[in-house]
Amino acid sequence: MEYILNVPADTEKLKELRAGDSVLLSGTVYTARDAAHKRICEALDRGETPPFELAGSAVYYVGPTPAPESCCIGAAGPTTSGRMDAYSPRLLDAGLKIMIGKGGRSKAVKDAMRRNGAVYLAAIGGAGALMAASIEQAELVCWEDLGCEAVRKLTVRNMPLTVAIDSEGRDLYEIGPKAYLSKGE
Amino acid sequence: MRNIDAGLIKKTVAQLCIKANRQLPPDVLEAIINAEKNEPWPEARRILGLLSDNVALAAEKCLPICQDTGMACVFVELGQDVHIEGDLEKAINEGVRLGYDEGLLRKSVVGDPLRRVNTGDNTPALISLHLTQGDKLRIIVMPKGFGSENMSALKMLKPSDGVEGVKKFVLDTVNAAGANPCPPIVVGVGIGGSFDKAAYLAKKALLRPLNEPNKDEYYAGLEKELLDGINATGIGPQGFGGRTTALGLAIETMPTHVAGLPVAVNISCHATRRASAEL
Repeated sequence: MEYILNVPADTEKLKELRAGDSVLLSGTVYTARDAAHKRICEALDRGETPPFELAGSAVYYVGPTPAPESCCIGAAGPTTSGRMDAYSPRLLDAGLKIMIGKGGRSKAVKDAMRRNGAVYLAAIGGAGALMAASIEQAELVCWEDLGCEAVRKLTVRNMPLTVAIDSEGRDLYEIGPKAYLSKGE
Repeated sequence: MRNIDAGLIKKTVAQLCIKANRQLPPDVLEAIINAEKNEPWPEARRILGLLSDNVALAAEKCLPICQDTGMACVFVELGQDVHIEGDLEKAINEGVRLGYDEGLLRKSVVGDPLRRVNTGDNTPALISLHLTQGDKLRIIVMPKGFGSENMSALKMLKPSDGVEGVKKFVLDTVNAAGANPCPPIVVGVGIGGSFDKAAYLAKKALLRPLNEPNKDEYYAGLEKELLDGINATGIGPQGFGGRTTALGLAIETMPTHVAGLPVAVNISCHATRRASAEL
């Protein structure tokens, strides 16, 4: 199936998504990688407000290259999501609904996704120029000292993504290879 | 004795950093296009097509192919009849600094592995220096991303493990890597030497063009067998399933100790980037 999805996402619509579906995502997406996740969790530990509203939000695991004059951002493909596994359940329990990255997730993350009706969408790893084409605006939110890992607010239009893990825990990284091996040749 | 100015080395390294990050080597692009033609699984074919589109888009917009513009691995083949006017290591690092700045490449290096503060200019480069015959200087820049580097592994096998042990370790490493290293991957395998040399051989294997099999027939056969094995895992492009899990595999070897069989597997992604120049 192909879905058009807007952020903030309708929770009922997120539940319709199945691993393997295609999604064109539009709206606001925040960037955060390892270091920013660590700081967000530390802020939550101290009872402080995180740098952006987590409830209903979408986070993209990306550290873009510097923007040339003609674009708002440089190459902007996903980084490996597994490095965020230690932090993601905390963010999901605080309201995060959409995670965007590449590669498999831990059982703890899948459990937290099921608990909160969240989805994990895959961008094409290594396709930095292609993924950047759907980003219309980028502005710094905080933690500029982290360089490429700083938190940025992106406005995306029709970002081409694939549902990697759905809100019921179905995992394309398990289902896809199995389906190919049973029917592929 | 031939003199080469360090300033020329700096300028060359800067140009190679930019070129390597914006243009995929022809052999790698050709391997992606061929894989698309031979891929039986529709979703996998679609992704391989998008990878070619990405390469074209990067060239058109002067953007890096991938946002992880890597650590700059710089291989220097220095002819013993060359005299460098200036400081070679400094020139290489200044070249990396200049190239990553002017090319709008990402600065991804932290100065200390545990205290983790970004150096801000992508230095230091990872330099491998080799003395060769003659009066030429050859420089190869390979920007190495860490999505794939993180999935690499090394094992000290026993001689009794033999070639079967090597095959199992390579396949286990690729299976454990799964979708993380941005498949279709390129695999460099180093066999022999010592703990450190095996890792170096695996990295060096990634420099060999994908359409050049090992010159030793025995290892050329082993390369083909391992590549076929990897492409039977079903992992596929991006780990979503399909035939094309790897675009190529190269083995480099070295004599080793009677008691040992070191094996290293260095994984690279579909954006296996390298550019070279001779001065």
